[in-house]
Amino acid sequence: MAKVLMKGNEAFGEGAIRAGCRFYFGYPITPQSELAHFLAKRMPEVGGTFLQAESELASINMVFGAAGAGARAMTSSSGPGISLMQEGISFIACAELPCVIVNIMRGGPGLGNIAPVQSDYFQATRGGGHGDYRLIVLAPSSVQEIIDLIREAFDLAEKYLNPVLMLGDGLLGQMMEPMELNEEKNFFIPPRPWAASGRMGGPKRIINTLYIVPEEAEKHNLKLNQKYKKIEANEQRWENYQTEGAQLVLVAFGTAARICMGVVDYCRDQGLPVGLIRPITLWPFPVKAFDSILSLDTVHYFLSVEMSTGQMIEDVRLAVNGRRPVFFYGRYGGMLPVLTDVVKEVKKLLLEEEP
Amino acid sequence: MFKKVFARTKALEDVPFHFCPGCTHGIIHRLIAEAIEELNIFEQTIGVCPVGCAVFAYNYFACDIFQAAHGRAPAVATGIKRALPDRVVFTYQGDGDLAAIGMGEIIHAAARGEKISVFFINNSVYGMTGGQMAPTTLPGQITATTPYGRDREINGNPIKVCEMLSVIEGTAYVARVSVHNPASIIKAKKAIKKAFQVQLRGLGFALVEILSTCPTNWGLSPAEALNWLAENLIAYYPLGDFKIPKEEAKNV
Ligand SMILES: Cc1ncc(C[n+]2csc(CCOP(=O)(O)OP(=O)(O)O)c2C)c(N)n1
Ligand code: SF4
Ligand SMILES: [Mg+2]
Repeated sequence: MAKVLMKGNEAFGEGAIRAGCRFYFGYPITPQSELAHFLAKRMPEVGGTFLQAESELASINMVFGAAGAGARAMTSSSGPGISLMQEGISFIACAELPCVIVNIMRGGPGLGNIAPVQSDYFQATRGGGHGDYRLIVLAPSSVQEIIDLIREAFDLAEKYLNPVLMLGDGLLGQMMEPMELNEEKNFFIPPRPWAASGRMGGPKRIINTLYIVPEEAEKHNLKLNQKYKKIEANEQRWENYQTEGAQLVLVAFGTAARICMGVVDYCRDQGLPVGLIRPITLWPFPVKAFDSILSLDTVHYFLSVEMSTGQMIEDVRLAVNGRRPVFFYGRYGGMLPVLTDVVKEVKKLLLEEEP
Repeated sequence: MFKKVFARTKALEDVPFHFCPGCTHGIIHRLIAEAIEELNIFEQTIGVCPVGCAVFAYNYFACDIFQAAHGRAPAVATGIKRALPDRVVFTYQGDGDLAAIGMGEIIHAAARGEKISVFFINNSVYGMTGGQMAPTTLPGQITATTPYGRDREINGNPIKVCEMLSVIEGTAYVARVSVHNPASIIKAKKAIKKAFQVQLRGLGFALVEILSTCPTNWGLSPAEALNWLAENLIAYYPLGDFKIPKEEAKNV
């Protein structure tokens, strides 16, 4: 297929349409607005609905309604907007409805800024809202991967009846890259016996999140937890980049991973044994990547490189589980890690005295 | 043979309500269910029930139903109606739900002219959480959070939802009714039916405010509560149509 040039934010939109999504509800916020602009044009072309909501509270609840009625629906936002959505996301997770939420992260806390960061990692991977729940979290690192992963996001949401969050940042959203468009999905709504779409002669369906009797609430939590365990077992995704023979393994996702690939290439040119694990699913965190790399015995250290003060490193430490030291390098507030600075860190670990 | 003169509507499940004795939430549930049955829309109706004393509406209404977050029912209903335009979608919301935390959602659903029917239950308090002040609490009214009576200086003024929504383009039908005696109940049923008919005819957003009792939190007996509603709530919140569909207005 011929390559086309597209912005990351637009790729989320086109990818969603090609994944059969026909309902978008959202509220403007930088740096994700191009996604909304794109779908405002594109949805009517395919007979879909683009609706600008009055707030993120409304947009996530519109998604709740459309998804509960059986539609493929999505929303997108950034930092403050995603924070406002948390109650709704918790409801969607509890009611076990499929949907996709895109967070093009921006600097925080507070109003912060619109520069690229990765500081919503905790919010994304720890549930985010109230209660015991998980989101499947996908972190693309290129425009091509955006369009491929958003299709997978809708499929995973449907497979597990769980909201899927896609994490990007302003850089990925604004970046233009050539990519191959995947085929348009033959759009059909699979039978959804759980959808409250009007009885039409069938049994009554309730989309509910209230479990007033603790025994029943415990049962529901257990059911959710069993699902999460299954997702953890089956859906870990990551990319190993030059990990063979690596003594130092960088761990980075999204934009930071793109920078780290450059770091790895540079180091390898200089004969430094450096590799990269790039988590693609942030939840479930790709623990298996660490188990398999540690079984090789060549790795001495891990270095978590993030555009935050250190969030994913907690998962890296849990995955490594004390078997090797884990170090951190980060830039924050919208500042990007610079290749030469990361290389300096790498050299410190590999060439200087045992740290 | 005896002639059957009253039967439970099939749009309600055959289970007892959990409402307090004398609470008129139950009457309103029945009126909505009867309207659904009489209009023959049961199979395509989808309800959205609130957080509040009517949170268990999904146990009572026999149609497909969503339980929404506090105040967000109009947004949920928007999502449903946009996904399934040929279905009949209604929300059932208390005064705390609709006029406090959910004020943004209701105004914008109205402004968009969402083709949904909203049933707004004004009992002048937060029933479920223990009788705190609602946006509709009357000046001077004693509640759990206005123990000295609602003071306009401190607590502000009550919100008259029908008056406010009727000036919004996009609303097709806005009416306030009550259920404190048989005559008012008959009128309330008519208004509820009309709210569904407006949706069926695709005319726009319809809202019926229903004045309702909360004997438990008002500290009154069921009979006293009905009287208090008639004397105080109706005095502040006049009954009647605030907006009727344009085509009907021409004929008046
Ligand atoms: C976000 C959120 N805030 C607060 C609550 C607690 N809460 C539950 S019901 C309710 C008020 C309900 O009052 P109203 O809407 O008037 O309904 P009523 O019980 O009077 O019928 C509140 C504040 C909640 N469930 N969610
Ligand atoms: S607390 Fe009030 S509104 Fe709630 S069920 Fe009892 S009487 Fe009805
Ligand atoms: Mg109330």
